[in-house]
Amino acid sequence: MGSYVYPRYAYVPPPELTVGACVASTYPVVIVGAGLVGLTLALDLALKGVPVTVLDEDDTVSIGSRSICQAQRTLEIWHRLGVADRMVAKGVTWDTGEVYVGDRQVYRFNMQPDPGQRFPAFINLQQYYCEQFLVERCGEVAGVDLRFRNKVIDVRPGNDHVAVDVHTPDGRYTLRAAWLVACDGVRSAVRTLLKLPYEGEVFDDQFLIADIRMRADLPNIRKYWFYPPFHPQNSVLLHRQADDVLRVDFQLGRDADAEAERRIEAIDRRLGVMFGPAARWDHEWSSVYKFTCRTLPRFVHGRVIFAGDAAHVVSPFGARGGNSGVQDADNLGWKLALVVQGIAPASLLESYSHERVQAARENIRQSTRSTDFITPKFPASRVLRDAVLDLARDFPFARAMVNSGRLSRPTGCSDSPLHAGGAAEDWGPAPPPGDVLPDAPLADDNDIWATEAVAGRFAVVTFADTPDGLPSDAAARLAAPFPVACLAVMRDAGARPAGWDALHDTKGMLARRCDARPGTTYLVRPDQVIAGRWRALDLAALAAGLRRAAGLVEG
Amino acid sequence: MTALRHDLNLARPDDVYNLIVDAHKGLDDAQCRAFDARLILLLANQVGDEAAIREAVDAALAGLVPTA
Repeated sequence: MGSYVYPRYAYVPPPELTVGACVASTYPVVIVGAGLVGLTLALDLALKGVPVTVLDEDDTVSIGSRSICQAQRTLEIWHRLGVADRMVAKGVTWDTGEVYVGDRQVYRFNMQPDPGQRFPAFINLQQYYCEQFLVERCGEVAGVDLRFRNKVIDVRPGNDHVAVDVHTPDGRYTLRAAWLVACDGVRSAVRTLLKLPYEGEVFDDQFLIADIRMRADLPNIRKYWFYPPFHPQNSVLLHRQADDVLRVDFQLGRDADAEAERRIEAIDRRLGVMFGPAARWDHEWSSVYKFTCRTLPRFVHGRVIFAGDAAHVVSPFGARGGNSGVQDADNLGWKLALVVQGIAPASLLESYSHERVQAARENIRQSTRSTDFITPKFPASRVLRDAVLDLARDFPFARAMVNSGRLSRPTGCSDSPLHAGGAAEDWGPAPPPGDVLPDAPLADDNDIWATEAVAGRFAVVTFADTPDGLPSDAAARLAAPFPVACLAVMRDAGARPAGWDALHDTKGMLARRCDARPGTTYLVRPDQVIAGRWRALDLAALAAGLRRAAGLVEG
Repeated sequence: MTALRHDLNLARPDDVYNLIVDAHKGLDDAQCRAFDARLILLLANQVGDEAAIREAVDAALAGLVPTA
């Protein structure tokens, strides 16, 4: 079954079980789980100079396609880690979704209506490819110790470290971690060992994912049908992946017999009705599942930190699982690096919990709404849902209410303790503090992008007409105990202001997206989240904003 | 048809849709009908445009064949 050849990563006996090997007394960061989230965090920390040890119980990548929709923000993060272009080259680029009632299209949406961005709204790429490319990138970066077939069997939190018992083919050993990050998925062993409550709900409706390999002349569009002629009682999703693999997701209802539906003959029968008698396919992966929405109430527990599915899980229609996990890693990486390097206090990590619990709750809210629309839970909600679908044929307003999954966008953190108070000046449509700084092409040849220039370290981004008013000693006056990029956005492609790196916004696109006027200044965190914005370049306010954003002062 | 709006007139359609759905939670069938009737009358008065309400009544009736 399947066309993908799963890599087998070599088990190497750990130094703890090797006679004469040098063993660290305490590892600064140990990550449990070499999945999308753990690998992203490992690369981010290693590239920031923090060595990481990654423990994974298996010796290969994700079994099955699983998380297939990789969002723009995820690609921007992976680009910073040096691996996104490979993903895009292999994946299927898309930005459009279509929704049908019966066989009639009622709604069409575009996830990237404003082009001129480094990455597309989405690519579809099977999770196993993403993990493989991330593992291979870890091999090119100094400081990532990937330990396959190392299974965590006990966790004992202490005041200044966590003791971790690990099982390997050579037996058992114990290591000490200054920080332990659990990225070990929805059935997290670390969460289970610590007996933490995983709050939420499981929905009754059952769904069947049938990933098949089939040559089909289909556009790169996400298609969703309510009551299609080939599956008249329920709904169906169809989406392309790499290697001519199609994701087909059938809603089965509450009373379906999961065992019977899992059988290949039953799946083939459903696909035969959908694609017609002449179609041929091979099976790639299949799964019968229920929608689940759960979250930990806090993601930081002493020196144990949770990220990704280990911390929160949502139903899949909306691409909010893997993508929100990668955003967790992006939010956590720079903070953990500052703490490990002794620059910021450990309390900075509480902002990770605050911001990402808020994001998880927003994702669960959106996901629950989609779930309620796709699988109405009581008679009146079904009547209203079907009324929306009926009206959608003739009334555009109702099309906006058709909810087959509201697809993942970066989740803002509107009330973060790290962010400077909102300035009183009025702002037009532009991302406020808590959102990610917009992307835009810089210079005429489009070969530098804002998302590349403003990433990976703190940045002051100021918009200027002329070099006048740009103090050449700005960096020194900011007096931050960590690197800060001073970036001046100017339309003049020849501008070279002293003490500043010029970003040549020759088309004015970045200025438009930031609602910028001369003097407008953004303070941007290493994860590209806006920490403050002002209508004038005020170095004293920026210096205070930097200290606050790094957790050096109480909010 | 000219008086009735066809285009979207809500800033957050998902919020309004879910507000109305959630209001039905825990109501039995008769209570749902009572709630719907009150909501329709309240909104009709808010709309205040008889021509628009007539068009809305016709649009809502489309495809429903009387059986009684």
